[in-house]
Amino acid sequence: MMETIYVKTGDPEWQKITRFWMKLFGINFAIGVATGIILEFEFGTNWSNYSWFVGDIFGAPLAIEGIMAFFMESTFIAIMFFGWNKVSKKFHLASSWLVAIGANLSALWILVANAWMQNPTGTAFNPETARNEMTSFWDVLLSPVAVNKFLHTITSGMVLASIFVIGVSAWFLLKKRETRMALRSITVASVFGLLASVSLALTGDGSAKQIAEVQPMKLAAMEGLYNGKNEAGLVAVGILNGKEKREAGEAFAVKLEMPKLLSWLAYSDPQHFVAGINDFTKGNAGQGILSIPEKVERGKIARQTLTDFKNAQSAGNLAKADSLKAKFYDKAFLDNNFKYFGYGFNDEVKYYVPNVPLTFYSFHIMVILGFGFMVFFALFLFFSARGELPQRKFWLWLAPWIIPLAYIASEAGWVVAELGRQPWTVQDLLPTVAAVTKLDTGTVMVTFILFAVTFTVLAIAEVNIMVKAIKHGPKNEGGTK
Amino acid sequence: MFETLSHLVLQQYWWIIVSLLGSVLVFLMFVQGGQTLLGNLGKNETERTILVNSLGRKWEFTFTTLVTFGGTFFASFPLFYASSFGGAYWVWILILFAFIIQAVSYEFRTKAGNFLGQKTYEAFLYINGLLGTILIGTAVGTFFTGSQFSLNTMNQVTWEGPARGLEAALNIQNLSLGLAVFFLSRILATLYFMNNVDEETIFTRSKRHLLINTVPFLVFFLFFLVRLMFIDGYAYNPETKIVHLEPYKYLHNFLDMPLVLAILLIGVVGVLYGIGISLLKNKCTKGIWFVGSGTILTVMSLFLIAGFNHTAFYPSSFDLQSSLTIENASSSKFTLTTMSYVSLMVPFVIAYMWYAWWSMNKKKINREELKTEDHLY
Repeated sequence: MMETIYVKTGDPEWQKITRFWMKLFGINFAIGVATGIILEFEFGTNWSNYSWFVGDIFGAPLAIEGIMAFFMESTFIAIMFFGWNKVSKKFHLASSWLVAIGANLSALWILVANAWMQNPTGTAFNPETARNEMTSFWDVLLSPVAVNKFLHTITSGMVLASIFVIGVSAWFLLKKRETRMALRSITVASVFGLLASVSLALTGDGSAKQIAEVQPMKLAAMEGLYNGKNEAGLVAVGILNGKEKREAGEAFAVKLEMPKLLSWLAYSDPQHFVAGINDFTKGNAGQGILSIPEKVERGKIARQTLTDFKNAQSAGNLAKADSLKAKFYDKAFLDNNFKYFGYGFNDEVKYYVPNVPLTFYSFHIMVILGFGFMVFFALFLFFSARGELPQRKFWLWLAPWIIPLAYIASEAGWVVAELGRQPWTVQDLLPTVAAVTKLDTGTVMVTFILFAVTFTVLAIAEVNIMVKAIKHGPKNEGGTK
Repeated sequence: MFETLSHLVLQQYWWIIVSLLGSVLVFLMFVQGGQTLLGNLGKNETERTILVNSLGRKWEFTFTTLVTFGGTFFASFPLFYASSFGGAYWVWILILFAFIIQAVSYEFRTKAGNFLGQKTYEAFLYINGLLGTILIGTAVGTFFTGSQFSLNTMNQVTWEGPARGLEAALNIQNLSLGLAVFFLSRILATLYFMNNVDEETIFTRSKRHLLINTVPFLVFFLFFLVRLMFIDGYAYNPETKIVHLEPYKYLHNFLDMPLVLAILLIGVVGVLYGIGISLLKNKCTKGIWFVGSGTILTVMSLFLIAGFNHTAFYPSSFDLQSSLTIENASSSKFTLTTMSYVSLMVPFVIAYMWYAWWSMNKKKINREELKTEDHLY
């Protein structure tokens, strides 16, 4: 965006600004590439059963991502970094935009895949191959969960980037260096960040509504809600009790609650019933919620049917095999049994409850920080519009400290999304125990330590380089090394 | 338009795409080869910086092709992905590791405050070049020699090999392919530098190392190819789908599919011709194009005889009937059809890559050029 201003105005100052931020982006990008490839490999190496169970759906977005997005990104990134002196200004600008589009596209496809795991749609189970097969590409792609997740994630990335730019610029202002660049950067970033954080809040709200529908257990965990109720309030801040007290219905030691807000947020109706964790574990006939043991029974029947089918097939009993196979295409069986397929893997009730404190605190940290960021952007925009930024020493001093908070907020968001759905790899169909590769613990431990050490070292290197590059500033860009 | 095709035709179409990506990947691994030659071709700091920057503008193509090759393989033949990655665990983890350290090395190498020092990042690049090529070659070798695994009725893999995949490197056939890929990548790298870098000393040294690496390449490659013609291959009956061992299977595949044989021969001739003119002519910079396209054709023909003509492309030597074929390992017809539409974008992608590459290469890299560049590795 800054480059667009440069090309439009022809002011070399903007080019200098662009190049400086681009350099920092490059340092970060290297780590992004390094982590991206791990994800791809790990699906195969550590989650091989999962790779087969859902490969038919999951593979397609991944391949499309490779063909469309990665090549776009990697081709034009070369021009973006090395092309300043080689291609025309306009072509360079187009390349930078294509890198940005490519990066967002790759986010799209991986999030489509993730959304499918949270809410499997557009697929049917094929007993012959023992896997899920795609029946509608558009249902997978345009599933509301996918669309919302994509928007929520990219806007959170934009918020993070804006905070980063403001934080670094504020430091420059405090040091009275690069003042012009810093002021201009803050103006661009605070407008951009404010818009992004507003849409972040809107998509977050959409997300909550979807979770209420497709993953109600996660919602209950996010809110620490044990006994479901009508007119449920939203806990703004609270401290959870120990596990036993929580299960008995006394979830909080201290809490500040906003009445009816949870019902309203989740179902757009302040009267609506919101189910709690106990409603799921013990069942709630009044609300039509099955207890976990009931679901386990149903899931076991589904699994047994699949096993019987396979056995009949290998025994050569084709008539029996056919009749069992037909069940997987029968709506009643699908709705009453196959829907709970994943529950057939484990009898224990507590296995199906996610880690409540972790989910609860992560969710609240994310939300509180998210709204905090909105205020932060608004303040900086306000100061910047009145031209009084250089005098606001306290805020300038504070801004760099906000950067780590932005990372914490987005990680917390992923903790909610990924741990809140435990034990499911694929919601209600495939629990984590059934998704993993048969590996001994030692192997996994060694791999884990290997990665932990590598990334700790790389993280130190990255932060160190970043700090050096910032201190070095943009003044020597262009010409010398 | 793809809806009318049978599932088998779609499976074949996708096997061709996977083969094509795999062979382009081997060509682009000149980056890896080059990383192992930095010390041989660059005798001082400036020369090494020139070499690193010359590779640095291409490494992402290779990396992305690897990722896309993996993604496409996953998408079109998920059972292979699940069985091989989950089974031959350590091979893939090592390959992964070799590429993680590459991903940061270019960007971090000369940056102030990089914590590990420039030498370490150069060592990372060397490790990536060495392990990346040899292990990928070895892994592809198992497409012909087989691996020890079994699948249960739910298609879940159990690996029976003692070292989770690393045992493949003990097989001389696999290892010779791995080493052939390694030396080929170095050959390609010397030719790439001869074409891309405008420095007299580097040109001369590249030419010398071209010769040095051609000899072992030919030894390992010919050993692999000739022996391949004589070993038993994993064939399956097109009606019953039952897998059995067939003597001279891969030789038969070439004879049954003359077009594939032609691709192999043209490819091999291209490689030899490219090496020949680069060595014999005085100032030849075009060798990379012949050897590069020859590489693509040769590797492609090898992938095609591994999967076509009723051959199991990922055979199990432990349990023949667990062997994977393009028919039993593929995605559903619906998914393959959907993805086929996406594949129509590939030519477009290649076109813009070519254009971007071309516009970046208008200026060759030399000392002067690097001085005007602010983004240095």
